[in-house]
Amino acid sequence: MNLHYSDFELFGLPQRFAQERPEIDQRWKELQREAHPDRFAAQGHTAQRAALQWSVRINEAYQRLKDPLKRATYLCELLGAPIQAHSNTAMPAEFLMEQMEWREALDEAKGEPALEALAERVTERRKDMLARIQQLLDEQGDAPAAAKQVRALMFIERIAGDIETRFAHLGQ
Amino acid sequence: MSLLQISEPGASPDPHQRRIAVGIDLGTTHSLVASVRNGVAECLPDAEGRVILPSVVRYLGEGRRSIGFDAQAAQAEDPENTIASVKRFMGRGLADIGNREKLPYRFADHPGMVTLHTREGEKSPVEVSAEILATLRYRAEDTFGDDLYGAVITVPAYFDEAQRQATKDAAMLAGLHVLRLINEPTAAAIAYGLDNGSEGLYAVYDLGGGTFDISILRLSQGVFEVVSTGGDSALGGDDYDRALADWLLQRAKVQPETPTEKAAIKMLARQVKEQLSEQDAVTVPVGVGGRTVEVSVSRNDFELETRELTARTMGAVRRALRDARLTRDEVRGVVLVGGSTRMPQVRHAVAEFFGRDPLINLNPDEVVALGAAIQANQLAGNNPQGELLLLDVIPLSLGVETMGGLVERIVPRNETIPTAKAQDFTTFKDGQTAMAIHVVQGERDMVADCRSLARFELRGIPPMVAGAARIRVTFTVDADGLLKVSAREQGSGVEAHIDVKPSYGLSDEQIAKMLRESFTTAEADMKARALAEARVDAQRMIIATQSALDADGDLLDARERTDIEALMASLRETAKASEDAAVIEAAVQALAKGTEAFAATRMNEGIRKALAGKNLEAI
Repeated sequence: MNLHYSDFELFGLPQRFAQERPEIDQRWKELQREAHPDRFAAQGHTAQRAALQWSVRINEAYQRLKDPLKRATYLCELLGAPIQAHSNTAMPAEFLMEQMEWREALDEAKGEPALEALAERVTERRKDMLARIQQLLDEQGDAPAAAKQVRALMFIERIAGDIETRFAHLGQ
Repeated sequence: MSLLQISEPGASPDPHQRRIAVGIDLGTTHSLVASVRNGVAECLPDAEGRVILPSVVRYLGEGRRSIGFDAQAAQAEDPENTIASVKRFMGRGLADIGNREKLPYRFADHPGMVTLHTREGEKSPVEVSAEILATLRYRAEDTFGDDLYGAVITVPAYFDEAQRQATKDAAMLAGLHVLRLINEPTAAAIAYGLDNGSEGLYAVYDLGGGTFDISILRLSQGVFEVVSTGGDSALGGDDYDRALADWLLQRAKVQPETPTEKAAIKMLARQVKEQLSEQDAVTVPVGVGGRTVEVSVSRNDFELETRELTARTMGAVRRALRDARLTRDEVRGVVLVGGSTRMPQVRHAVAEFFGRDPLINLNPDEVVALGAAIQANQLAGNNPQGELLLLDVIPLSLGVETMGGLVERIVPRNETIPTAKAQDFTTFKDGQTAMAIHVVQGERDMVADCRSLARFELRGIPPMVAGAARIRVTFTVDADGLLKVSAREQGSGVEAHIDVKPSYGLSDEQIAKMLRESFTTAEADMKARALAEARVDAQRMIIATQSALDADGDLLDARERTDIEALMASLRETAKASEDAAVIEAAVQALAKGTEAFAATRMNEGIRKALAGKNLEAI
């Protein structure tokens, strides 16, 4: 094992989209227990530097593995279908229509009930897309198709984030 | 020394040589030092049996100073030379210090951090804090009759980079080897968690003298994982005192003029506040300008006057929960830390919000130092089987300035540290050969609203058309929460590195100068001590190298091994023959340098094996 192993190899997990979050959390803590700089605090600078590198690498992998969107993005890349979110923005027209409709709904949502209704639709949609991505990656092995879905999912995550910000403002 | 001492799992390197490590709570109003003795963490008392050291330093003139209770007692009598609550000025510029006109000090603005004018000249908050830390260091050394191996020092979770670095500088100035800076709420959680064997989600509400922190932690099998943190590094008991002082003055219809009066009214307000935690109302004499007015104040008056302060803390609690994507019902327990949580209104507000009574079975003044001591003991290697592991987060986002004064966020807040993040930037103009990188910390979108941490320039970028260069900026945040930034043009390999430190606060040279000036001991003593220390160092280094060679000599080829053995022989000879600490130190350094590559290889090998072992087990 070295610093260049894939996140999945480092965590000892099968390379696939479907993962159990508690298992990822558990493995993260096990790995940090071995490599965290605090374990080597009494052993000088060289030890600290090496431990820092490993510990940073483990945290990087953890951030990517635990988040379904980041995990899907990473997996597509590993499978040779990079997401290229900035250069590749082509989306089906109906998807864009739906996005516009949601944006309008968000702008118009005044109270908590309206916001909640919208949040529910977005959450549903997100769940469907994740299931679809799992199917494409784990069952059909179609990374390019999955990459398309991941790009769409990025839009969904963005609006979900904006909805949350609105909730936060309402709560204050 | 860079050579590693890796012992058999479970075996302490030298059972007879326990390293003395302490935890220090460097607080706004008072500070404490604690250590683990016979397996139990306890606060160390001074000669009079008091564990608390008021964080007050008085400069008496002619290089003399008093620290602690004596200094505190002199606050009203000698306000300008008696520095209290210096923690509020750590890593802060003049503009950052609120209510300056109400403080009895004369500030001077310097880039990065203010200084205070005293009869001993300009004093940096770092120097004042170092006096407090050194006092606690001597207390610990007297207690154990031995030198300290190292210390864990606590900082508010919400301290930014500048404040953390200033704290570390103060420790260095006080002659302390900092094992780790840890966050105060995390330290409190350790003291509680290990005490009660708790598992699950906990909130730590820490209202100290000058700072407020809220941290949400997940505890499982000895791992303390900070899920989110928030707070206000300029909100604490001092603000309640000030609000109450204003109210008292308003009632008495007087205004304090002199520094002495300002200090006196502040002290009076604090007394009244403390009494109101026990009593429903008190009547006090407010004396200003030779006139004394009796003012009576009820707990209700006080609570109304400070309601907004308490509400501000609860706002931060809500945000921390939101950041963690948790609801208040998921929190299994709430720990109160800091003397200011003795105020009934604070306890009520917290209990009401979480719908449960907070945990208060440990002394809120001591709990942070106790937790720090437990961590220090572990970091010093005294507890090799220890299960304790802290996974902390960065409290405030880090980013760089982009076009139009906007912030591009690179490390988001609440990300587990240590962490490293890279971001690519490009040139704006054709033929641009240099790029200024401005590092900021904060949550706002505009650079002007964030704290500026550092500016540095990457020069020598080969001329290209606009947008063709690829400049990768890497932020590394270590386990203390301190930042290093490097930038590299990907095509040409031009590099720039920066320790964020020199751009504000104190440079290493300034610290070295202060060290020389402030701690002068009789020279002969120092020489003898230095020689003894150098010999011990040499001995340690030889033993460590020998055991490394015995264990992992096969990682070296014959020539590398001969080189190391020659350095060892030379060090052994020098340590025996020389009476000069510097000469021995140089030989130690030579061996350290000569074994650096070997040490790094062993280290990587060690971690690699440990990680691989875990994975094999799992599969």
